[in-house]
Amino acid sequence: MIKVFIADDEEPARERLKELLGDIAAELPTSVVGEARNGLETLERLPDSGAELLLLDIQMPGMAGLEVARHLASLPEPPTVVFVTAHDRHAVEAFELNALDYLLKPVRAERLAAALKKASVPNREQLAKAAQNAREYISVSERNRIVLVPVREIIFLRAEQKYVTLRTRNREHLIEEPLVSLEREFAASFVRIHRNCLVARAAIRGFERGADGDDEPHWVVVLDGLEEKLPVSRRQWPALRELVAEK
Amino acid sequence: MASIGQSAYPDLLPDFRNLGVMARVLVAVNALAAAGVLFATPHPGGALEQFMSTAAYLEPLLLIALLALASLSPLLARLPYWSGYAAVVGIVVLLVALYNTLVVRLPADPPPLGAALALAALVAAGLLGYLRLLAKAYSPALVEARLQALQARIRPHFLFNSLNAVLSLIRRDPKRAERALEDLADVFRTLMSEPRQFVRLADEISLLERYAGIEQLRLGERLRITWELDAAPTDALLPPLVLQPLLENAVFHGVEPGTAVGEVLVRIERRGDRVLARIENPYVADQQRRVGNRMALENIRERLALFFDAEARIETSADGRRYRVEIEMPYRSEGA
Repeated sequence: MIKVFIADDEEPARERLKELLGDIAAELPTSVVGEARNGLETLERLPDSGAELLLLDIQMPGMAGLEVARHLASLPEPPTVVFVTAHDRHAVEAFELNALDYLLKPVRAERLAAALKKASVPNREQLAKAAQNAREYISVSERNRIVLVPVREIIFLRAEQKYVTLRTRNREHLIEEPLVSLEREFAASFVRIHRNCLVARAAIRGFERGADGDDEPHWVVVLDGLEEKLPVSRRQWPALRELVAEK
Repeated sequence: MASIGQSAYPDLLPDFRNLGVMARVLVAVNALAAAGVLFATPHPGGALEQFMSTAAYLEPLLLIALLALASLSPLLARLPYWSGYAAVVGIVVLLVALYNTLVVRLPADPPPLGAALALAALVAAGLLGYLRLLAKAYSPALVEARLQALQARIRPHFLFNSLNAVLSLIRRDPKRAERALEDLADVFRTLMSEPRQFVRLADEISLLERYAGIEQLRLGERLRITWELDAAPTDALLPPLVLQPLLENAVFHGVEPGTAVGEVLVRIERRGDRVLARIENPYVADQQRRVGNRMALENIRERLALFFDAEARIETSADGRRYRVEIEMPYRSEGA
């Protein structure tokens, strides 16, 4: 008996999948352990449902399916994922390219059965390549929960030995993603100020001369909403100065 | 059965009520008069004076002729093209004859009747020819715009999701499934019909309702449409598929990407000789879906301009919470 979770924003679409699961039950017994109407709901409900397999619509409000899958991958025991889409040429290309399982709506019973049998747990890399847009949230795993931090609330990301510290106005989290890939993904909203630090462009209030003027002068970033000031490396300064000029 | 390239856009007399047509006629006739005066006057110094006196004769005549044609336009439009053509030239010649004999006593010397009539006939025929060429030059653009509209219109996303929704109903609620398929058939019939110049507003509204029925099935309580159609002039004529793509956009951009209930407003009304349509939806920031919207709007703007020239406008506005599209076009009906 496979425990299945269904995520789709359209009620008729969820009903249809349940009907089809019923049709193939003789061949492949399943039980539906949970449903969700959007991406955030999926992340909220799925971990406690004990689902082994997720039928995931990729066009959902709140958070698109691909991003949902990326966050799920950070669970200790992520479910197998089968993507479902009505029509999204780009997504389908990305799926093919990255060997992810997907179904096209309307779904046929035979195709569903086949997909359930061969479905696998997508790994982070496949998912990262399949998703074309920067995430809207960064997930922090805390035991069997997924804590989502909205990217627009992040003030800076700083690499510290093994981890990256993610700083919001109120909290700090540790994540395990390399700073380089974060920089690439969020190039539109974050800027590198130092070898080990990315700052949200929107959070930069200005620049000041560093106070500890012992050897050579250096600059620090003044942030919106945080007392802490971050040092700017000499290498990054010319690019940042242009940023100030643009503002 | 008409084949596309040939008679999708048959020759039509210009709509003399259209400001754009009037402006073109005014400019062309005055330019011709100016050219004539320049040729006829021996001294350039006298040209201005001569033109003024010509204008004093010409302008009232021109305005009378335009007024007459504008009021007869609906009748003329029913004639076959070449009969209409002859009728327009005939009307102009008749007006000149009346004007010359009855009205003109003021300027020093009105041109001789024979010359005036011949000139009027020539100018009228020439202008009609020019306007016909202009329309011809536009009709490939019309067919093109229409095809583009079609392609932009059938969102595969809509088709497949709708079919999926119908499939889910077949066992639970066969009656509703039947109705949904009928709606879907009607929507696609309209989308795939032969290109036409105008449809009645009533037809466009029924398309809106059938389309809305399918979306309602799919989205359930997430989609709430308020219809304000009591003051809609159902006999008004408009280019096909002007409103439905806007409703589709409202659902696609304003309701589907949101998790809350999406309130959509459809209001169509007549104010004097104008038809106003407004479609409103919640504003949802979703950069992925933005692009398609602009294309559809440009396409509608283009088609409105081709049909109504300068007399129609389409405007969009957003205030952070609601997104609005407003169309204003002249009221034309079959009977008028």
